Amino acid sequence: MTFQYAPAPESTSIVNIKSSNGLFINGEFTPGHGTPFKTINPATEEVLAEISQANQEDVDAAVLAARKAYDKTWSKMTGRDRGKYLFRIARLIQERAREFAVLETMDNGKPIKESRDVDIPIAAAHFFYHAGWADKLEFAGFGNNPQPLGVAAQIIPWNFPLLMLAWKIAPALATGNTVVLKPAETTPLTALLFAEICQQADLPPGVVNILTGDGETGRMLVEHPDVNKIAFTGSTAVGQAIQRQIAGSNKRLTLELGGKAANIVFEDAPIDQAVEGIVNGIYFNQGHVCCAGSRLLLQESIAEQTIESLKRRLQTLRLGDPLDKNTDIGAINSREQLDRIIELTKSGEDEGAQRWSPDCAIPEKGFWFAPTVFTNVTQAHRIAREEIFGPVLSVLTFRTPDEAIEKANNTPYGLSAGIWTEKGSRILAMANKVRAGVVWANTFNRFDPASPFGGYKESGFGREGGVQGLGAYLTSEETS
Amino acid sequence: MSTLAGQAPASHISLYSFLSGLPGVDQVGAEARAAGLGTRSIKKESKVWAIDTAISMVDLTTLEGADTPGKVRAISAKALHPDPTDLSTPSVAAVCVYGDLVYAAREVVGNRIHVAAVATAFPSGRASLSVKLADTKDAVVAGADEIDMVIDRGAFLTGNYAKVFEEIVAIKEVCGNAHLKVILETGELKTLDNVRKASWLAMKAGADFIKTSTGKVVPAATLPVTLVMLEAVRDFHQETGTKIGVKAAGGIKTSKDAIKYLVLVNETVGDAWLTPDLFRFGASTLLNDLLMQRQKMITGHYSGPDYVTID
Repeated sequence: MTFQYAPAPESTSIVNIKSSNGLFINGEFTPGHGTPFKTINPATEEVLAEISQANQEDVDAAVLAARKAYDKTWSKMTGRDRGKYLFRIARLIQERAREFAVLETMDNGKPIKESRDVDIPIAAAHFFYHAGWADKLEFAGFGNNPQPLGVAAQIIPWNFPLLMLAWKIAPALATGNTVVLKPAETTPLTALLFAEICQQADLPPGVVNILTGDGETGRMLVEHPDVNKIAFTGSTAVGQAIQRQIAGSNKRLTLELGGKAANIVFEDAPIDQAVEGIVNGIYFNQGHVCCAGSRLLLQESIAEQTIESLKRRLQTLRLGDPLDKNTDIGAINSREQLDRIIELTKSGEDEGAQRWSPDCAIPEKGFWFAPTVFTNVTQAHRIAREEIFGPVLSVLTFRTPDEAIEKANNTPYGLSAGIWTEKGSRILAMANKVRAGVVWANTFNRFDPASPFGGYKESGFGREGGVQGLGAYLTSEETS
Repeated sequence: MSTLAGQAPASHISLYSFLSGLPGVDQVGAEARAAGLGTRSIKKESKVWAIDTAISMVDLTTLEGADTPGKVRAISAKALHPDPTDLSTPSVAAVCVYGDLVYAAREVVGNRIHVAAVATAFPSGRASLSVKLADTKDAVVAGADEIDMVIDRGAFLTGNYAKVFEEIVAIKEVCGNAHLKVILETGELKTLDNVRKASWLAMKAGADFIKTSTGKVVPAATLPVTLVMLEAVRDFHQETGTKIGVKAAGGIKTSKDAIKYLVLVNETVGDAWLTPDLFRFGASTLLNDLLMQRQKMITGHYSGPDYVTID
């Protein structure tokens, strides 16, 4: 007998999903005025809950509540007191971590081990980190009296729902801004649980408002005249649309958009760990990662051997029930995203790249895509240029460091890059030449609240996290 | 290299170059990978299987100055029938003792399980080659069919890989049919780069098994060290077609830990290595925890330490 792992599903009894959910405005849950929609579990296609759709009336009410809270309480409060609320929120996220993790996995499809070990702990860490900044802003390098901007409209994607919420809300609140946040249409549940945390933490009403809805809700929020700052994470196309929408206004904007990161492996790399880094770079979270290492650049001298090691490693990946603690690859978040992945991988085959996937059983229900490797990819292929946002790796090769740089930078994006070599001087030289906001050396997809994250070129602008991230929510000018 | 060039034969220089040319090990990455595999959740029937498999892989060990024939007979009896209340419990793989007590173990176990002897001036390895060879011969003559030798860590750390290599070759020769396990004592080699080099060195010199530790140095076996050794074994197999075993020894005390090692084996070299012929635990207290877990899996409740034997 061989070593089979029996199913080890995390229990869902800890979560209590309401069949219908309101919007969170001014500290209260209230029904939305648009037509409600349903959110499903992408691993089973079962409906999890009915979600309110915010219309113009709701957007107005939320922005008004945020404005009042800003004027009357939050901007007047000392940094020390704001910090106390943030610490409280951070601790509550930790206390209810299991609940958040299970809910995130049900709504998003990501493996429980990722929501449990990555998403939720880092979300809590962001609140802890920014809580510490709240009373020290005058030392952050933005002048001796930095001021908040006002009401921040924040729109987040479905790939890391609670984590992206934390990246947005924690710095905004620490710097004294109030927030209207819209979670993605397909993953609203943890944002609504976070709203409960705000109540539990006695956060003053209106400081955080959560509006569920589709892209139309997002558009109304962006266009609202009383919004001072927009922070958006999502696709480059929507990011560009937002820029057009707010042209001529004095709204401040940060965008965190797509990516097509190069993960560059040199012949003197620690190969076994590089293989782990390649796997983590593109198969983590089913490849639904804007900074995913979707283009693998291998030095030709080690290409064959590394591809072989990679394929052997991929055969041990376990695809299936996201709630199973041994699952490595969960479900694709939506039918729409699955269709896009299928379309792009088909183009890869049509254009002559060689496709490979390990043997793995695909569940009958839900949205799934086997981890896929394309070899013989060239810069001219669509799969080397367009963001697939799925578990699909395009393998290219290079001969010299200069060629690696040239190929790595030859993309409209510039969010992240990976460099694998045991040679320290090469890491530094490469990192200086790669045009990417985040460069990882001998690791990939590592996130820390103290480290700024953001892109070059079509990957957006502005930074989230670190002292640099505070700058997106502060001005040295006197407001109001 | 400079210390070798000039006086050393070409084969030694190529050995040095080969070991120095192995890909590096990134410690942070190796530790993260080992920790990641450590989160696998092994439940129900897979746990039942894992516990029995782990029991069958134990080298039940006593290596104390105070060891006596009586003590060795006691653990030998336990090795055959680890749980006297349940004879379906598998025997362990071997009894592991000092060379002078091999006879006592052999009297009890006959040919039913292996008898391993530590040799070569265990645990420090600080003796002349002739003493190490004599030590090994004694154990083989006394009936040991497995020899656990230590490498000369001093020679390894000065870069004198040829000396380490030649000692292993010489010991292997006097082992005859006995299987040779080469103890790297990774707690003294310190870096994972050294662990990989020493693994390759031992395999090229003819080791049947590579073993982490003597158990006399802290840290003994760890998951990252064992991961690197398993990767070396995997790559050696791919290159030569020969399957080398791995023995994780020292510091593994609980069933939960043992299962983590089995997961590591399963997902690094594959299930062909999930046999006592290719993977072992060097342990003493681990066995009782495995037995208590086994009883719990069968009866549904914990029995307690008085329901397993202390030998």
